[in-house]
Amino acid sequence: MPPMRPLLELAGGARRLEGPLLFLQRKVEVGYNEAVEVVGDDGVVRLGRVAAVDRERLIVELLEGAAGLDLPRTVVRFPGEALHFGLGSGVLGRVLDGVGRPLDGGPPLPVSCRLRIDGLPLNPVARDTPQDFIETGVTAIDLMNSLVRGQKLPLFSAGGLPHDRIAVAIAGHARLRSARDDQFAIVFAGVGIAHDTAEYFRTSLQDSGALQRSVLFLNLAGDASTQRLLTPRYALTAAEYLAFVEGRHVLVIMTDMTAYCEALREVAGARGEVPARKGFPGYLYSDLASIYERAGCIRGRPGTLTQLPILTMPSDDIGHPVPDLSGYITEGQIVLSRSLDRAGVWPPVDVLPSLSRLMKDGTGEGFTDADHPALASQLYAAYARAAQARLLARVVGEDGLSDADRRYIRFGMRFEAELIAQQQPRSLEQSMRCAWELLAGLPGGELTRLSDEQIARHIAPRAGGVAR
Amino acid sequence: MSRATTESIAGPVLRARCDGPFAMGEALRVGRAGLLGEVVRLAGDELVAQLYEDTTGVKPGDQVEGLGRPLMVWLGPSLLGGIYDGLLRPLDGLDSPFIAPGERRRPVRRFSFEPLLAVGSPVAPGQPFGRIDGGALDLRCLVPPELAGEIVHIVAAGTYRDDEPLARLRTPAGTERVLAMGHEWPVRRPRPVRHRLPTEAPLLTGQRVLDTLFPVALGGKAAIPGGFGTGKTVLLEALAKSCSADVIVYVGCGERGNEIAGTLAELCALVDPRSGRPLSERTVLVANTSNMPVAAREASIYCGVTIAEYFRDQGLDVALLADSTSRWAEALREVSGRLGEMPGEGGYPAYLGSRLAEFYERAARVTTLAGGHGSVTLLGSVSPQAGDFSEPVTSHTTRYVRSFWALDARRAQARFYPAIDPLQSYSEDAAAVAEWWQRIFAALPGGGGEGNEWVVLRRRVLTLLDDQARLGRMARIVGKDALQAPQRLTLLCAEVLGEGFLRQSAFSPNDRACGAERQAQMLRILGIFLDLGHQALTTGANPEAIAGLPVLRRLQRVGEEIADGDRQAFADLEREMRQSFAALEGRSGSSEEARSDAPDASAS
Ligand SMILES: Nc1ncnc2c1ncn2[C@@H]1O[C@H](COP(=O)(O)OP(=O)(O)O)[C@@H](O)[C@H]1O
Ligand SMILES: [Mg+2]
Repeated sequence: MPPMRPLLELAGGARRLEGPLLFLQRKVEVGYNEAVEVVGDDGVVRLGRVAAVDRERLIVELLEGAAGLDLPRTVVRFPGEALHFGLGSGVLGRVLDGVGRPLDGGPPLPVSCRLRIDGLPLNPVARDTPQDFIETGVTAIDLMNSLVRGQKLPLFSAGGLPHDRIAVAIAGHARLRSARDDQFAIVFAGVGIAHDTAEYFRTSLQDSGALQRSVLFLNLAGDASTQRLLTPRYALTAAEYLAFVEGRHVLVIMTDMTAYCEALREVAGARGEVPARKGFPGYLYSDLASIYERAGCIRGRPGTLTQLPILTMPSDDIGHPVPDLSGYITEGQIVLSRSLDRAGVWPPVDVLPSLSRLMKDGTGEGFTDADHPALASQLYAAYARAAQARLLARVVGEDGLSDADRRYIRFGMRFEAELIAQQQPRSLEQSMRCAWELLAGLPGGELTRLSDEQIARHIAPRAGGVAR
Repeated sequence: MSRATTESIAGPVLRARCDGPFAMGEALRVGRAGLLGEVVRLAGDELVAQLYEDTTGVKPGDQVEGLGRPLMVWLGPSLLGGIYDGLLRPLDGLDSPFIAPGERRRPVRRFSFEPLLAVGSPVAPGQPFGRIDGGALDLRCLVPPELAGEIVHIVAAGTYRDDEPLARLRTPAGTERVLAMGHEWPVRRPRPVRHRLPTEAPLLTGQRVLDTLFPVALGGKAAIPGGFGTGKTVLLEALAKSCSADVIVYVGCGERGNEIAGTLAELCALVDPRSGRPLSERTVLVANTSNMPVAAREASIYCGVTIAEYFRDQGLDVALLADSTSRWAEALREVSGRLGEMPGEGGYPAYLGSRLAEFYERAARVTTLAGGHGSVTLLGSVSPQAGDFSEPVTSHTTRYVRSFWALDARRAQARFYPAIDPLQSYSEDAAAVAEWWQRIFAALPGGGGEGNEWVVLRRRVLTLLDDQARLGRMARIVGKDALQAPQRLTLLCAEVLGEGFLRQSAFSPNDRACGAERQAQMLRILGIFLDLGHQALTTGANPEAIAGLPVLRRLQRVGEEIADGDRQAFADLEREMRQSFAALEGRSGSSEEARSDAPDASAS
């Protein structure tokens, strides 16, 4: 951490104000990307950073609303370092704004260490392999796309789908199968969300008693959109503090990452940058990576940082740059489906495009159940075949199908109604039992992803005979 | 060395006023932290540089120091087993888990050295002057490619530090130069060779669908395009662990930190079957993850290929695996955008195509300067946006590679791995490696058949996959039940081919890699199955009865159930299969089981 130097102040240097960009005459020694506080005549302090600097000029990118600023009376302060966030024990239980200032009427945050909000890249060599299976109670996740501590696993959702409810359900149930852990903490970052969404999360956490173990960062839809660029970073800095300084297992829920990306597009546009796809800047991938890559485990440190970002896919399009680039960075994705939601399936998880890349490290012998990976793979194979048969049936009618295909269609329907849909949280064992039942309805000879022993152990007793 | 003074800074782009001459491409250092950069543009007394590190805090007035040479890396034996960032600075042994910008020193290691030349010997460029015991590999100390002369001093055999002088050479011009275990080389310049050779042997990947259907030759080049989650990284990691190259250079370019950490841990834990030592001793990892500075991502690919060429020049076969070349292209785009260059398609600079061409051109099988044979095989993943192969990086790459391994999201969703789409993928190296494969077949029990069995079987498999796609389309129109018996049999055969041959889990203890012999055996037994199936049909069996044979399950689980080298198991399986079909013929000949639309060949 660079030492604090006396605050430099510059009054009357403002020359031009254009969108979020403030052009100043350079009268002080400041470096690129250093933090800036811009104070208007209204006394409001707005955060910003140095976006470009040359001998004469200084371009400041305002990360909070410029409304109310004028040129002659604006004062700019330079702390002489990149943006930092001061944190200390006692941050849990607090509700903060998008840049970490108390919203709950409580005292200022206690500060025992100051961390750079951009973080520094974590050395891959220092990373520990995430492999502690987290039971979320959601079958589509636990059984089919397991989540492990230190993973970044986003929910790919869309307007009107119950992603918030799923996130709350996961936050409420998430537990390790072995130990009780009281070192669990939740960091919630609301990025450009509606007031009622924020309220929903706050009351849900309160009702489940998790609020004292949580810290909320709220940038609401009505707040400055440029501030959205900071909210995930402040939240992750707090999460890193909780995980790697206090040694807790932190689950970070960030919603809505699409709003974050749109804010980035807005700022890039104001800077006059050449856009890549759909107006988003070419560095959207790197920028998102600088957020998502902050999940993980560090060798020799007790805590972990798990991310559950939520993003809404514009027009339900998974090829849109935001879900597309996110999927390239995160360690899998849980995709929600509108048609399952319409059919009344809760949680409406479309397992086919869903994936957990770290599942292989946290499941199977010694982690969950020795047969867990093979079971998941077999379910995938069978459900994919069901989806294919369903497609075929839609064109040629069910009569045009082979017997086998009809059996798969039935399997697909039961899979959605009995395995994906659930009223209560399930343990992994309950999920697995339900899944073996379903597979027993298929001919044993076709279960090529299962070994003979697995069939003998789980399928044959349920099918009431020896598999072919 | 020239100096300059920083005028302005924005992101990785720095402008400075020069106090002396700077060259295009010259490496430089900025400020007290010594941030590394490279000159990308010169205009009057102003230079523009791209910096390879986080530029937070750089300000006008900061001193810029030219290094008087292009971006160079040190090449030597101690690269093996290490992990480096995009500029080849070591990543292990750092104090903090977080990477701060600035200089880092290469740790010095010791190796046992044995001279190969005596005082007075003339030496040519690229010639080995000593041997090093590199653990898993027998390595050479090379005279740098542009140096020649006469040895005037050389140390005796012994253990030496890898940075100390081991020999001196007098050039024809009369100057003396020091030789050490390693030397520096500019990363953007391909290392010279005596000549390039045609390819002939395959780089065995251990993946059946690649080796058999879409092989890549030693010295070849392959691209792996696929949307997110289709299996690019897992495939490259599987290759890193089991391909037949002597040295593996793995470049993690703009991808995940956890994947790099996992690969590193696995390489250290795996025992190399060739040497009995950790596999990591034959591997170099270059990691510039997505959250590390973007400009260094661009350099990391060049560093990787330069390392590959260095080991090639010692007469080794080297595979460079790059994940992902798209992130490298994006780094080009980002820096280009900051320089205010005219954007081309998709915002990429107009020179994207030529940069890709230059990169893939560095793949080759060669006669080295020293007269030995070595090769560099380039394998790069491509991450097209929204999985659309018509985007600029994929479409340019397609023009320069010889093997194209297209990954298909639908297969990946069904957890059918590797999710190679056999209809979109291709290989131009198949003809070159056919003879090599025929030798494998000839060595199987029963010997080789007429002609080239591999070529025949491979063609059959490809035709079967084509037919499957065609019939699938047809079924979508007329319904599956309207298909004729031979057509239904074709679909069945294709399914068995898929499950029993193409599918191969990278996480299966038995099947994560498949040796050449087992591949040949599996291919052969599949061919027998196809023959028996057709024959059964002509004698009146119907495809559904064939589908019901218990032996089919065995056939589809060969990958899991039969190990490399287990010839007996294949013989047993073949016998069981022949018996099942014989029994089937016996039954269908006597019963009325044959369906009405079965060919009435049962009469014949
Ligand atoms: N060959 C394979 N065998 C088994 N599983 C695989 C294979 N390839 C991919 N997978 C599965 O798919 C997931 C995504 O693969 P990955 O290589 O990370 O995709 P990409 O790099 O294309 O985004 C992996 O985490 C793994 O679970
Ligand atoms: Mg990948």
